[in-house]
Amino acid sequence: MNVKTFIKKYTMVIALVVVFIFFAIWTDQKLLLAQNLSNLLIQNSYVLVLACGMLMCILTGGNIDLSVGSTVCLIGAVAAQMLTKHNMNPIAVICLCLLFSVLIGMWQGFWIGYIHIPPFICTLAGMFLFRGFGRAILESKTIAITQSEGSVGKKFLDIFASYIDVPGLDHSWTIKAEDRTVEVKLSAFILGIVIAVALIAITILNRAKKAKKGYKQEPAISQFGKILVIDALVLAYTWKLALYKGIPVMAIWVLAVVCIYAFITSKTAFGRYFYAVGGNEKATKLSGINTNKVYFMAYTSMSLLAGLSGLLVAARVGSVNGDTGNSFEMDAIGSCFIGGASAYGGSGTVGGVMVGAILLGVINQGMSIKGLDNNWQYVVKGGVLLIAVIFDVVSNKKTGKAG
Amino acid sequence: MAEFILEMKKITKEFPGVKALDNVNLQVRPGEIHALVGENGAGKSTLMNVLSGTYPYGTYSGDIVYNGEECQFKTLHDSEEKGIVIIHQELALIPELSIGENMFLGNERKGRFGIDWDRTYHEAGEHMRQVGLKEEATTLIKDIGTGKQQLVEIAKALSKNVKLLILDEPTSSLNEEDSKMLLDLLLGFKKEGMTSIIISHKLNEISYVADKITVLRDGSTIETIDNADHNIDEARIIRGMVGRELSDRYPSREHNVSDKVGLEVSGWTVHHPIYTEKKVVDNVSFNVRRGEIVGFSGLQGAGRTELAMSIFGRSYGTGVSGKLKIDGKETELKSVRSAIEAGLAYVTEDRKGNGLILSESIAKNTTMSRLEKVCSKGIINFDKENAVANDYKEKLKTKTPSVQQAVGNLSGGNQQKVLLAKWMFADPEVLILDEPTRGIDVGAKYEIYCIMNDLVAQGKSVVMISSEMPELLGMCDRIYVMNEGKMVAEMPASEATQEKIMSAILQSDKK
Repeated sequence: MNVKTFIKKYTMVIALVVVFIFFAIWTDQKLLLAQNLSNLLIQNSYVLVLACGMLMCILTGGNIDLSVGSTVCLIGAVAAQMLTKHNMNPIAVICLCLLFSVLIGMWQGFWIGYIHIPPFICTLAGMFLFRGFGRAILESKTIAITQSEGSVGKKFLDIFASYIDVPGLDHSWTIKAEDRTVEVKLSAFILGIVIAVALIAITILNRAKKAKKGYKQEPAISQFGKILVIDALVLAYTWKLALYKGIPVMAIWVLAVVCIYAFITSKTAFGRYFYAVGGNEKATKLSGINTNKVYFMAYTSMSLLAGLSGLLVAARVGSVNGDTGNSFEMDAIGSCFIGGASAYGGSGTVGGVMVGAILLGVINQGMSIKGLDNNWQYVVKGGVLLIAVIFDVVSNKKTGKAG
Repeated sequence: MAEFILEMKKITKEFPGVKALDNVNLQVRPGEIHALVGENGAGKSTLMNVLSGTYPYGTYSGDIVYNGEECQFKTLHDSEEKGIVIIHQELALIPELSIGENMFLGNERKGRFGIDWDRTYHEAGEHMRQVGLKEEATTLIKDIGTGKQQLVEIAKALSKNVKLLILDEPTSSLNEEDSKMLLDLLLGFKKEGMTSIIISHKLNEISYVADKITVLRDGSTIETIDNADHNIDEARIIRGMVGRELSDRYPSREHNVSDKVGLEVSGWTVHHPIYTEKKVVDNVSFNVRRGEIVGFSGLQGAGRTELAMSIFGRSYGTGVSGKLKIDGKETELKSVRSAIEAGLAYVTEDRKGNGLILSESIAKNTTMSRLEKVCSKGIINFDKENAVANDYKEKLKTKTPSVQQAVGNLSGGNQQKVLLAKWMFADPEVLILDEPTRGIDVGAKYEIYCIMNDLVAQGKSVVMISSEMPELLGMCDRIYVMNEGKMVAEMPASEATQEKIMSAILQSDKK
């Protein structure tokens, strides 16, 4: 691989690194503080989760779901009311809310997949509908989730917004770091080591399997090089987490969603069908694949994740109001396109989309630390989105196929 | 006047990794019809794109001399200003606009305030008369057939004051009648002094219209053959194109037709999906035995594709009725999936639109119709998938560096092979091939015929729908003839001739 193809392949990763370094310097390394890095993940958890679902919609042909912000609000409202008004068991609340969001998704998926209503219009209607229902359920008020010890509200918050704490392990060691004395949450760093070792082990096993069967492999240097870089990042990041409260439970939820969607899109037949529909719907249909169902599933999964996002956001903020989730859909859509998903469908990866989402997150966080107001964050976000898509289109054109 | 209206000298054009044109020379005299032939990927379209400015001056090397002056076209507009108009294989018309609007698209007839519609439609009507198109200028493009759309393209060229008309595969989607009309139109223009360059795979047409034939092979000019008498031997052209003699255009095979019937259809009727009272296929019955190649002949719009697609899991039409037997067992195929599972495969005529995902790799396309065969519990085994794709690549001699290559980067013939591989992988007992050799070169055609022979040798049944009669006569055991949705004749290939087929069609028209 020469420099040119390397840059082309990892453009967004390189952009992310550059932007990250820029903000790290510009904020006098405040961005690198453990607390900020931990919050970077938590504050953007909803984007990461939504972007996974949005990718599935976009894969089917550049279709988007405008209703997710409203669904976040509606599900958050339902959860908040169940917890505060009815004192329901938090596990039951979560299950019911996720079930409810699946129903919302099936409602939209049915119109889009089987009746062929254009997704843009159908989800625009959903955007109004669900926002309206959400506000009605909230009775135009802000509902705060009770946090008193032992209440159902507290239990609910613990499931999403607490930090993992292993007794005996996490309180035994304090060091001086970042100009203060901190308790090192060893569990976080141990998890980092486990992930790092597991990645190396999986790579070695995979290579052995391929070698045994005589299949072509990636050169060892580049493959292990990549893994080592990832391992170093994992270790560095988990070390930072260890210095600030440990592993946020929210990170585990996000990680689970991302891994599941990465697996579905890259390894399963079910995921392959989304790419096929976006690549050529007619050909896919004539290959015996139920394309209606693919659309249906895309929007069902999108709303499920929007529901999960609603719970995450409600737990993180601790309250829900009529504006909760406003313009979340735009963040998710933006992440997908910055992350290299095609606006015409048929291409894009979960990994790329994650890079896009984190890039947006870093910009947000960096600018917040610098104390720039929201307005400028919008300007920068818009600029980055435009540049990313222009770059994508232009670079694809230049290496387009010979006519 | 100069001896040549157009001279292209030492044109070289490179794409990343490929030399598409290598020192190509082309000389065209005023008022002649000059044919450009060559296998797919020989560089014909690239050469014409250089000429028209689609590839702007500076991205190629060499000189273009037109009407005695050296030209450096930077855009399509530059070349059109000089009277060079190119009509592409894929028509560039907008279905929802009228004939008149399309004709002056980007070249609108302006009045004092905006577009002068009276003038637009008046002038459109005049140009339509020149090409013998009897339609109203206000008719929408989507409401006229492909043949007439091609005429609109030519009329559009006339409206631009064309001096040199370039046609890229003008007849590839036309039936014989429309093709003949189009070629005669070109001959008419020639009398009026217009120069044309025509790219075509149909050698009989070239022999009919062309005065000079330039053969390209692998990006180089091989020769320019004189065809003043319009009676050139097709084998002579083929020799230039492939660089060897193709003594036999159809591979021989042993005719081992078994008694077992693979597919039997009786009383099959299909209605149009939108105009539901219209019968597109009307009470059609036919059968294919195992080990047999059965041909379907007919004009464009005879209902052959619609018949095939409606059998293939009702992927076309409404109100489908009739009986379907596979291996003697009566079945009802309500979805494409059930058709595939019953052992049926339909290889579409429109490989780019309905067959392949151009942006995806060969491997992914190959396994698409039966992805579960390389999966375990829904998880794809990529090693197995690649092995399968490589296997078919070897078997079908697909020319590609790797099965990870995107299908869109392949030539037409190789794309067709990938499409065949996709359906062979589905392991059907009955294959319906719809125009399997459309728009592909002679060498690739031969290889596709060989694959068909292999399939029937394994005891499978093949249905071949084709608009090229010589191909049906050369390949089939039996030939059915359809016209306007009805089955009008059935004959053993040994007794069939082009005249017999045509007269069957014409006689049914009279009824």
